[in-house]
Amino acid sequence: MIYDLIVIGGGPAGLAAASAAHDAGSREILVLERDERLGGILNQCIHNGFGLHTFKEELTGPEYAQRYIDILTGKGIEYKTDTMVLDISSDKDTLIKTVTAVSGSDGLTVYSAYAVVLAMGCRERSRGALNIPGYRPAGIFSAGTAQRLVNIEGYLPGRRVVILGSGDIGLIMARRMTLEGAKVLACAELMPYSGGLKRNIVQCLDDFGIPLLLSHTVTEIRGKERVTGVVISEVGEDRKPIPGTERFYECDTLLLSVGLLPENELSKELGTEISPVTGGPVVSESFETSVPGVFAAGNVLHVHDLVDFVSEEAAAAGAHAAAFAAELKDRAGAPDTELRDRGIEITFDGGPRYTVPQFINPAHVSGPVKVRFRVGSVLKNRVVKVLFDGNCVLSKKRNVMAPGEMEELLLKEELFAGNRGLKEIRISVEEESV
Amino acid sequence: MIYDAAVIGAGIMGVSVARFLSAYSGKFCVIEKNEDVCTGTSKANSAIVHAGFDAEPGSLKAKYNLLGSLMYPQLAEELDIPFRRNGSLVVMMHEEDRPKLMELYERGIANGVEDLEIIGRERLRGLEPHISENAVAALWAPTGGIVCPFLATVALAENAADNGVDFLFGTEVNALCRVKSAVIPERKDLATEHGYLWEIDTSKGAVYARSVINAAGVMSDIYHNLVSARKIRIIPRKGEYVLLDRITGGYVERTIFQLPGKLGKGVLVSPTIHGNTLVGPTAEEQYDREAVNTTFDGISDLMEKAGDTVSGIPFREVITSFAGVRAHEVGGDFIIGEPEDAPLFYDCAGIESPGLTAAPAIGKQAAADIAEKLGLKTNPSFNGTRKGFINPLEMAPEELAELIRKNPDYGKIVCRCEGVTEGEIRDAIRRKVGAKSLDGVKRRVRAGMGRCQSGFCSPRVMDILSEELGIPVSEITKKGGYSRIIADKIKCCSGEDKR
Repeated sequence: MIYDLIVIGGGPAGLAAASAAHDAGSREILVLERDERLGGILNQCIHNGFGLHTFKEELTGPEYAQRYIDILTGKGIEYKTDTMVLDISSDKDTLIKTVTAVSGSDGLTVYSAYAVVLAMGCRERSRGALNIPGYRPAGIFSAGTAQRLVNIEGYLPGRRVVILGSGDIGLIMARRMTLEGAKVLACAELMPYSGGLKRNIVQCLDDFGIPLLLSHTVTEIRGKERVTGVVISEVGEDRKPIPGTERFYECDTLLLSVGLLPENELSKELGTEISPVTGGPVVSESFETSVPGVFAAGNVLHVHDLVDFVSEEAAAAGAHAAAFAAELKDRAGAPDTELRDRGIEITFDGGPRYTVPQFINPAHVSGPVKVRFRVGSVLKNRVVKVLFDGNCVLSKKRNVMAPGEMEELLLKEELFAGNRGLKEIRISVEEESV
Repeated sequence: MIYDAAVIGAGIMGVSVARFLSAYSGKFCVIEKNEDVCTGTSKANSAIVHAGFDAEPGSLKAKYNLLGSLMYPQLAEELDIPFRRNGSLVVMMHEEDRPKLMELYERGIANGVEDLEIIGRERLRGLEPHISENAVAALWAPTGGIVCPFLATVALAENAADNGVDFLFGTEVNALCRVKSAVIPERKDLATEHGYLWEIDTSKGAVYARSVINAAGVMSDIYHNLVSARKIRIIPRKGEYVLLDRITGGYVERTIFQLPGKLGKGVLVSPTIHGNTLVGPTAEEQYDREAVNTTFDGISDLMEKAGDTVSGIPFREVITSFAGVRAHEVGGDFIIGEPEDAPLFYDCAGIESPGLTAAPAIGKQAAADIAEKLGLKTNPSFNGTRKGFINPLEMAPEELAELIRKNPDYGKIVCRCEGVTEGEIRDAIRRKVGAKSLDGVKRRVRAGMGRCQSGFCSPRVMDILSEELGIPVSEITKKGGYSRIIADKIKCCSGEDKR
């Protein structure tokens, strides 16, 4: 049998994609999840703040996941847990995808599908990637691992904690570990601004009197068996430690919240083009990757701040995937590759580091297109302009833009209707004229 | 229990001696202060089976390097461990260094290394496209190889244990002295020809043995100097490395050495047997024998130096950095055999590079010497083969399907980065000389060795260790001793432990 759609990953992105694909008419949908339950990382995010956009109420992570799991099961969508996908391939001629997976109960299984949605999420950057000098004792955890140990396994990783990096999970864990009786000494951030959401700085650090040390980093880890302390140094504008600013913090635990990396090993082997900036696939307005019929959404595409936006993005990807599957199914011969021309590459200046999608084909636009991006540094009093062939079609005032907060622009369908021959789409961030 | 031979140290050197001793009839033990094999120098080195052109002709290093290199193919087959002769290149960057390159070539010939060649820029860059454009020539040694030092050590230890060798872990040797065997009246039969036994005073009580093999790595001078007036001195020499993601596999196919020059010995860039790229080491002498900390300067230095010979190394793919301490003896050579004033105390000391290569050959020689001295016969039930860990994801699909039908644990992937299944992890723990910690599991089956550095799999591996070892999760360590992973149960679970 050939599935309409196989969704790789049963976290927030995968669940939303599957559900939306069902709404769009796909019936043979399979969700493959490597963990023992659906929900992905939401299962360990027991704090609240999820769902304000999607459900207009404040939910915990597991509650948010359960809403989607209920929708999924309500629609009778098939899923398999404890199932790890080893390989995805796409036949050049038929465009039929083959997904090879392994599980303890089903053994090695090969599935076929007309379309695939990549929703594998991301992983945390590790200590090794940072080359923090020092020993390699127990007591160094990525914030997400610590979160799993506390919230799912029921263990406290340590009692005196220093956090490196101000990513959202680290901030959440500063509060969580404090509530569990640990002493969080400080949160050091290499950059002169926080990597996390403002609300998390306030609610997780400020409210508990935990100092946020901007422009600081850990320059040495001590302890041969278990962490006995870390040295924190101030860094200059070049982000290099300033000699003489070293300060020793006696602690038994170092949590790392130093960035998330989209997990695209499968995508790379499949041959999708990967953006060196996002670490995720390059996609068109329909979230289709460079491999026809393979779509991507959520943190595997680019790392988000809010799960609500992951769900929204993934729902769009799921609907487009369903449309692709229906089209390919109906077509007797090979699909029309012309139709898959990804169109114009979005260019930008004045601040954005990337956009998602990277490409828009005006001829394919059906419905509004959301363009998301992040800036590379804190920018104040800016105007974000969208230029179609040099003409400003949208302009939005932004008082503060920060790397820790994703920006989005809504391009209405009408903008494209009269612009099928469009040559250039440019996003320009300009200083507000006084 | 009185052992015929007690080996101090469960690094590659000690377990090599033990494995070859187990081919003789007798009672043998390995005494190790840490909780596992392969926890010192053996776990943090270049993982190279050297061709043998580097050492001074006539030295023990030269002799055992070549012998070891010749032994590896068969040993790897017997022990079911991966080994590959990927070949080594020593790259010369400046024409004026040619005499040094020729000297190395001639030394190799004198040491008996086969198939050595001097090759020019064209051929060099044909072999390795990422070699610097400024490279002039290279010494090409096709017999150079790569091996997994963890698996080599584990496999030798498992094979020794299968043949009856005892492993005493968490046992630190504090003192050594020769005692008249008469002090153990019930075992007079075991008196040596000298009428003496070694009393080995350890952190867990006395161990008696007819002979002692000193394979204590960076500590080997301490034990030697306890028993001999002919002192030796180990200067701990730290080497720092960075390891790159397997995604960089093939960036270089061969081991790329720098020609030793004015600026020191240089750093190497090499593939590992598992497909990562390894860059290192630095060389810093230090006082602390256990200071395996990396340093900002060391890591920056080696990254910069490596760039001289290999261009564009993708250092953004670094997944970890580490340091090892090498046992450099001031005389510069290995110290092998009995000191004149300490019969039946057998040194395998000062084992630094090319120690990983030489260890099996030294082990074989040491075992033969001890056996001769003690009059040990060959062990008729010795079985020199050992089965490696199953690697399900490298199996043919039908084979894998069958394996999972028999044991579903081989279908449950625990470490997603390295593709390690629950079946492999349980096997690594259950074996003789099995894993007892996260690092023990990592060194055997690579769970936690990949790009996320155990972020995802460590909670699950802790659960499996807890089940298999029958201890609470709260007692699971990273690497034994005081390296417990968690501090406490959280408040809501303050009752009994989950397991």
